Amino acid sequence: MAEPMGFFTDTSVCIGCKACEVACKAWNQLPARNGGKVQLSGMSYDNTVSLSGIQWRHVKFIEDFTPDRSTGRWLMMSDVCKHCVRAACLEACPTGAIIRTEFDTVVIQQDVCNGCRACISACPFGVIEINPETNTAMKCTLCYDRLQAGMVPACAQACPTQSIQFGPISELRQRAQQRLEQLHAQGVTQARLYGHDESILGGLNSFYLLLDEPEKYGLPSNPQLPSTRVPAAAAVSTATAVVLGLLGLVGLRKQRMDQLAAAAKQGNDGE
Amino acid sequence: MGSNMAENHPVAFRWVAEAKRRGAKVVHIDPRFTRTSALADLYVPLRSGTDIAFLGGLIRYVIENEKYFKDYVVNYTNAATIIRDDFQDTEDLEGVFSGLKEAPQGTNQKYVYDNATWQYKRVAAWDVAKAREEAKKAATFAEMIQKMVPPAAEKDPTLQHPRTVFQIVRRHFSRYTPEMVEQICGTPKELFLRVAEILAENSGPERTTMMVYAMGWTQHTYGVQNIGAAALLQLLLGNVGRPGGGILALRGHATIQGSTDVPTLHHSIHGYMAHPDARRNHDTLRDYMLTETRPTGFWANLPKFLVSYLKSMYGDAAKPENDFGYDWHPKIAGDYSFMASFHAMARGEIKGAFFFGQNPATSINGSLIRRALANLDWMVVKDNFEIETAAFWYKSPEVERGEMKPEEIKTEVFLFPSAQVAEIEGTFTNTQRWIQFHEKAADPPGDCRSDAWFTHQLALRLKKLYADSTLPRDEGFKNLTWDFDYDPGHYPTNTRIQGEPDVMKIWREINGFKTDTGELLKGFGELKDDGSTTCASWIYCGAYPEEGKFLPANRNPDPDDKPGTHLGWAFAWPANRRILYNRASADPNGNPWSERKKLVWWDATQKKWVGYDVPDFPATKAPDTPAKPGAAGMDAHDGKSPFILLPDGKGWLFVPTGLQDGPLPTHYEPVESPVPNLLYPKWQINPIAKIYEHERNQLATVGDTQYPIVLTTYRLTEHHLSGAMSRWLPWLAELQPELFVEISPELAAEKGIKNLDLVRVSSKRGSIVAKALVTPRLRPLTVNGKTVHQIGMPWHWGFMGLAVGDVVNDLTSWVADPNVMIHEAKALLVNVEKAQ
Amino acid sequence: MAMAVSRRQFLKVGGAAAGTAAGALLGLGVDLRPKQVRAQQLRIKDAQVYPSVCPYCAVGCGTLVHVVNGQIVNIEGNPKSPVNKGNLCPKGAATYQLHVNPNRLTKVLYRKPYGTQWEVVDLDWAMDRVAELVKKTRDETFVETLPNGKRVMHTTAIFALGGATIDNEWNHIHQKLMRGLGIVRIENQARI
Repeated sequence: MAEPMGFFTDTSVCIGCKACEVACKAWNQLPARNGGKVQLSGMSYDNTVSLSGIQWRHVKFIEDFTPDRSTGRWLMMSDVCKHCVRAACLEACPTGAIIRTEFDTVVIQQDVCNGCRACISACPFGVIEINPETNTAMKCTLCYDRLQAGMVPACAQACPTQSIQFGPISELRQRAQQRLEQLHAQGVTQARLYGHDESILGGLNSFYLLLDEPEKYGLPSNPQLPSTRVPAAAAVSTATAVVLGLLGLVGLRKQRMDQLAAAAKQGNDGE
Repeated sequence: MGSNMAENHPVAFRWVAEAKRRGAKVVHIDPRFTRTSALADLYVPLRSGTDIAFLGGLIRYVIENEKYFKDYVVNYTNAATIIRDDFQDTEDLEGVFSGLKEAPQGTNQKYVYDNATWQYKRVAAWDVAKAREEAKKAATFAEMIQKMVPPAAEKDPTLQHPRTVFQIVRRHFSRYTPEMVEQICGTPKELFLRVAEILAENSGPERTTMMVYAMGWTQHTYGVQNIGAAALLQLLLGNVGRPGGGILALRGHATIQGSTDVPTLHHSIHGYMAHPDARRNHDTLRDYMLTETRPTGFWANLPKFLVSYLKSMYGDAAKPENDFGYDWHPKIAGDYSFMASFHAMARGEIKGAFFFGQNPATSINGSLIRRALANLDWMVVKDNFEIETAAFWYKSPEVERGEMKPEEIKTEVFLFPSAQVAEIEGTFTNTQRWIQFHEKAADPPGDCRSDAWFTHQLALRLKKLYADSTLPRDEGFKNLTWDFDYDPGHYPTNTRIQGEPDVMKIWREINGFKTDTGELLKGFGELKDDGSTTCASWIYCGAYPEEGKFLPANRNPDPDDKPGTHLGWAFAWPANRRILYNRASADPNGNPWSERKKLVWWDATQKKWVGYDVPDFPATKAPDTPAKPGAAGMDAHDGKSPFILLPDGKGWLFVPTGLQDGPLPTHYEPVESPVPNLLYPKWQINPIAKIYEHERNQLATVGDTQYPIVLTTYRLTEHHLSGAMSRWLPWLAELQPELFVEISPELAAEKGIKNLDLVRVSSKRGSIVAKALVTPRLRPLTVNGKTVHQIGMPWHWGFMGLAVGDVVNDLTSWVADPNVMIHEAKALLVNVEKAQ
Repeated sequence: MAMAVSRRQFLKVGGAAAGTAAGALLGLGVDLRPKQVRAQQLRIKDAQVYPSVCPYCAVGCGTLVHVVNGQIVNIEGNPKSPVNKGNLCPKGAATYQLHVNPNRLTKVLYRKPYGTQWEVVDLDWAMDRVAELVKKTRDETFVETLPNGKRVMHTTAIFALGGATIDNEWNHIHQKLMRGLGIVRIENQARI
């Protein structure tokens, strides 16, 4: 088992260039929406609008000015799958398509996913969507293929200002803490970390430094697992998912599917 | 300032972000709050086109508060030099300098300057004409140049003499008070002063400030003077030739620097030599040299560069007895710049045109350009996609509106498909003068070919067509060397494309070699003026110093713990230097100004200049070397003169030669402005500005009530220029899919415009439609008590491609800076209305 | 609560389970260790890599071009370049689509005078035709001396405008050919 790996996204240096969006699409060969022929959203410089099955990185733009412009900020943030330690999608997936990898990242196996959408409603961040070309659920894989080859994920490599940093979680947490202290010392008192510890879903393997409350960025301050009411089933599903994910054995799949479908159903019903 | 670095050069901004993390302060001064402003420590708004007023205010602040770097200013600039008694400043003449006169016909100008009075005062009388007559008789070019050395200039190192450059500069900028800056620029005085303080705090022996600009400074009718103002300020602060200092020009294209060095521009030949010109005394080779050579300083070597260039053109046919073929070389006889040429095309004076990877149909005063294209007999477009220029004859807005009809357009049009970067081997020169080699990775598809293939194949065909000509006018072309085919047996075998030229043979010619042995030249120090060396580009000489050693392909970066000059990565001209004039990074005695800012210094033991960079100074010339009175070339400079290309070796605060529109920057209003020139009411605009008159190139008057709003045009991270390389790519098209106009909430409320409403933006030239993006990032400014609204439009769109939209340049005008003929797209007047 | 395990414990559990299961299966002759969790292989596993430079702005970011069977499969930042350390902007990151793009032209298009549509023509024919036109226009408009007696040896009736994203080598031979012919209206994006 490799060390847990992830992203630390420092929004204080994000320049909203969207290199992460394109680098992600280029590496993962994801199509543009409607072949690139879309309409202006009118939401600042954001025209990709949200994460989706073909949009695994999404840069948000928040224009935050007082009417007299005595203060003004243009906040930018590259959003992505959080690769939660307690991943609702993984718990909800009835087919075992969603697995936890040896890097502690959460990946949807495309050859196993049947497009049932259970994960979509389970994700508290609205990360996952169906890719219309494959009819399977898709999201950031944290460039699992590149990780296996010892390469940096495409978005993190491209990011010009190192707003997106990739590395072992333990190291990233240290860096994040130092950066936070630096910003606080510079008087940026609103700066805070989000998802860097267990308080949010056991920890987010893609965590953030934000310059304001999470809600400002459209992030829930206290995201919930759909499964909190069925802890036992969830535990089983997580552990099994790992085993199954690693093995990918068809023989075991049916059994597990039945088992997990029940759990997921229960969880979903509870919402 | 004048740059939106985070958006247009995001990866270069990486280093700004890193500097910021280490404690550097980032200040962004711009009409719009952009993605660069978002990352800045301080954002400062100003009215578009008022940069000289702002910079002039900073210059005044630095001088009056004695914040300038005195040792640097006295020793390394021309501050102490005394200017002629008959020079008159804008302060004496209410807004113009001495020497203003009516412009000759055909220059598209009202006035021009005679710069005679702007010159240094010499210690003795100096008759140039007489010296020139004597010089012409000299036996060698070197002797000829020697005879042109003028007497020394008068100086006052105390800077107290009223006609020293320093005192002239002080008087010139005395009007640029913080109050005046506020009234002209609309920038609150406190913010301006905060910038001034940050600048002063971060300059001196221990610290440096870098100024970064791009088209925000250049695209004005006084674009060159904008940069001149920054240069003046940086010299006063001692920020030139030092690490972390200087003026960083962020250029916009992969090898726009290369296209300037290897000039596909009408006014110059290789390595910044002036193009032979029938309007100047360039009648013979000697006349050219006498007119263009600066006898003192490094440019005294010009005869060597020029003769070697002519050898590269005409090879063995270029001999001393025929002036190395100088008479075959064409001369220019006018302004053939971009706008001037389309002006001529609009009048039907141009028959044929080539457009390589450039898309003028969406360029300045686009409608006029598209109409001009219909006057051509033939045109060749070479590009990756069917761009607007290629499709003008059936898809233009003029055709859509029925103003032009394909069946009435005579132009014969060719559209050749191009190979792209990964399908070609070659070099680009980046904005820091690094020449970098890119390899060919794969064949291009179908009939796509490199541009070099096209030009090579066209040349081979023309050579054949002219082979039998006996006309004297064809002699030059027949003698033009064209040896770019691969040697037999050396053509690459892993390709289906035939007929590509050999890139290394092209480099042989650019780098140069000895004509007798064919041995490659190791540097421009080896160039001769007797025909024994051939070299197209003296500044690129040394990039290919020996067979098998091609420095642009060098890929050995410095490790992270080294200073990061990366001398082993690529080749930076000249001579692989990374920072120009880096002698200035050491004090007059040759020691680093500070440990923190050391780069190049004098090593007394080794008796040479050493450091992290290649010294930009004669390698063994000690700091205490005196200047040789009356000497030509580098001997005319002492060991304390870092600016080796300039005749006096000093950085020019005051520019006696080389600028058309004055020796010092002066605030004028843009050609279209909502307000009068507060500083010099008698002179509203740059008196030397070029205005290309045409019925479709009308201009709004000062304070025109029909066009009261200032428009500034710009680019976005997500697109490139006219969109030819981005609007066809789905991944980029979706990021910024449609044309928009950024409007402040205040103006939107005034005009009843809501976000995403269709609005019509009109100028005196044209009218287009765009979606409104109402944003607090734009704000009205108070200019001399009057509210001025500014709006912004990115100009990437056109009528072809995936993401289409109206052509913003249909609004811009053919007016130009008189030095470089760049247009004024950063400040023009428009009106905005909700579209019906 | 079963899920209230810490990250470390969780991974230990996961790792042990994986190790055991995979180890057991090795005996069956099937190697199903973690790297084979997904069938997906690294796209550039067997690619040849060519160092290149981004064709957009003048920062000069280094790129790497990956080629499999003569086809470009990926273009990304070169981590070794001191200019960009592997970073790219969105345009640079999209360079692949500049090459592999269905909208790309691959044939010469030609429009006759007064024509109303494009025709696809042969590359060689088009080259020959352009050479003829250049010669014709040059010969008809060449000026040896101006009325004031100044020798100019030029034509101002042909305009050559070149973009600034084309190699230095092209710039050199292009300006040489033009000036060699006496064509002096040579301009470039660098002007504006």
